[in-house]
Amino acid sequence: MHINSFDHYQTHESVIHRLDARVKIILTIILIISNALLPDGAWTAFMLTWGLVLGASLLAKIQFLFLATRSLVVMPFALAAITVIFSIPGHALGTIQLGNWQVVVTEPGLLRFASIMIRSWVSVQMAILLTATTTTPDLIHAMRHLRVPDILVATISFMYRYLFVLSDEALRLLRAREARSAALDNQRKHHTKLRWRIKVAGNMAGQLFIRSYERSERVYNAMLARGYQGTLQTLNPHEMKTKDWMMGSIVILALVLLQIITHR
Amino acid sequence: MMHLPFLPRPIALHIPDGFLSLPVAITFWLISIVFINMAIRKTRGQFGERQIPLMGIMAAFIFAAQMINFPVAGGTSGHLLGGALAAIVLGPWAGMLVMVTVVSVQALIFQDGGLVVMGANIFNMGLLTTLVGYGLYRGAANRSRKFQLGTAGFAAWMSVMAGALLTAFQLWLSGTSPLRIVFPAMLSVHFLIGLGEAFITVAALTFIFQTRPDILSDVQSQGGRGWILTGALITLAVLLISPFASGNPDGLERVAMNLNFIQRGAEAPFQILPDYTIPALGETGLSTIIAGGAGILVVAGLTMGIIWLIRKPRHIES
Repeated sequence: MHINSFDHYQTHESVIHRLDARVKIILTIILIISNALLPDGAWTAFMLTWGLVLGASLLAKIQFLFLATRSLVVMPFALAAITVIFSIPGHALGTIQLGNWQVVVTEPGLLRFASIMIRSWVSVQMAILLTATTTTPDLIHAMRHLRVPDILVATISFMYRYLFVLSDEALRLLRAREARSAALDNQRKHHTKLRWRIKVAGNMAGQLFIRSYERSERVYNAMLARGYQGTLQTLNPHEMKTKDWMMGSIVILALVLLQIITHR
Repeated sequence: MMHLPFLPRPIALHIPDGFLSLPVAITFWLISIVFINMAIRKTRGQFGERQIPLMGIMAAFIFAAQMINFPVAGGTSGHLLGGALAAIVLGPWAGMLVMVTVVSVQALIFQDGGLVVMGANIFNMGLLTTLVGYGLYRGAANRSRKFQLGTAGFAAWMSVMAGALLTAFQLWLSGTSPLRIVFPAMLSVHFLIGLGEAFITVAALTFIFQTRPDILSDVQSQGGRGWILTGALITLAVLLISPFASGNPDGLERVAMNLNFIQRGAEAPFQILPDYTIPALGETGLSTIIAGGAGILVVAGLTMGIIWLIRKPRHIES
């Protein structure tokens, strides 16, 4: 498997790509917090924030379609909020007949639901933009500067390093199963017992665990042989330049202003 | 280049940004940070400098193992969340650190779960699952292998249920979902997801017991009775709160208000007929759970339809 099958980094040359990873992470988090602080129904403020995200993605040459399709990841969770449409009492807008149930759509309910969805949707687009314009090694390295404990950062970078290796291993196991049991999850599944299917999946997970565990022992020995002393070294100097400070403060200022105006 | 927009991973517990209120998100960040720091200190003693490669690769293992599924009926399939398995094979603190890494990478790199709500996701899927998973399993030390495996299965099921319960609780506290729907819905869906988790965990452990029993042997004796107590307490809480929350949401709301969890007059009476229960079954917790489950099945079917429409052909390529 190629590394790009998971990684959503988009290779372009742009101001946003060149921006320091720390600044991008902090701006992303502040923008998401700002969204959380905006009251329900602050449509103008939501639109302005979304405009900011879109403007940044335009600068970064990220296609809108990419943002839009990737941002569908939040959709399944809409289930959790959908019932709020019927559950907040208020002015009734209409009635929906669901079999024997009659549910009433209320105005405050709809307002709350739309606000939750927009908040979530704009936030996830910002997070997508972050990963689309920052390589994962830079992202991980920036976490160290942001005071994430060294051990956690090193563990994350190891996980990232072996993510593809082990996903490949898992895919090989899945392919082997498909080859040997005639495309299990399609037409033939009636011929096998659930108990057997569970056992096969469990054996695969166990097999994957043992291969991973033994790999970690080999990797550690190899690291020792190469002079590992407990921390990972990097050759990539992360420096904050004037441009980074400027860009960061302008966006933060804009978001603070937005909050002040909305809450006035 | 092959893109996998929808990786087959259990997404039901990965809360995106925007679904939790800021106070709830921050509270769970603080709780998670305390646990993460403890886990870092404890594992340093346990593994020394071998810690980082082992934890990192084990995190990648959990990530990859979440791809392994087994088909159940009707196009659905059982998946692994992995919290209990990680804690059982690596020990509680290492398991925690591994799950923290998995959840953070999923959020940071794949937008699977939000960034500001990550503290809550880490707690629900990474810390709570390992606490209850290991706690129960630790209680079965020195028993027969069959008993240990059975306990591990129960622990895996319970870890999913505890995570689901807490997720529902957080959604309700944030005013995102009404109490009397989110509890029965989350619990009934995860009742089944938890069974899948239990089956794969037990089958995987059986395999590891047969091939590398040495890895498992020294883990179960780690830690004292505190773990058993923690596991038992969480289990008890889940078993007590679930029927109470499903059958008597008003009671839970009153308790929460007394404890100052929610100031608002909470969500007032439902406009859904008739009080969200199935009339024939009467007003019991079971009836609410079934009603919520039926509702969620309809919407889940719709979502699955959408996902089925947009996903790529499922042939495995490399």
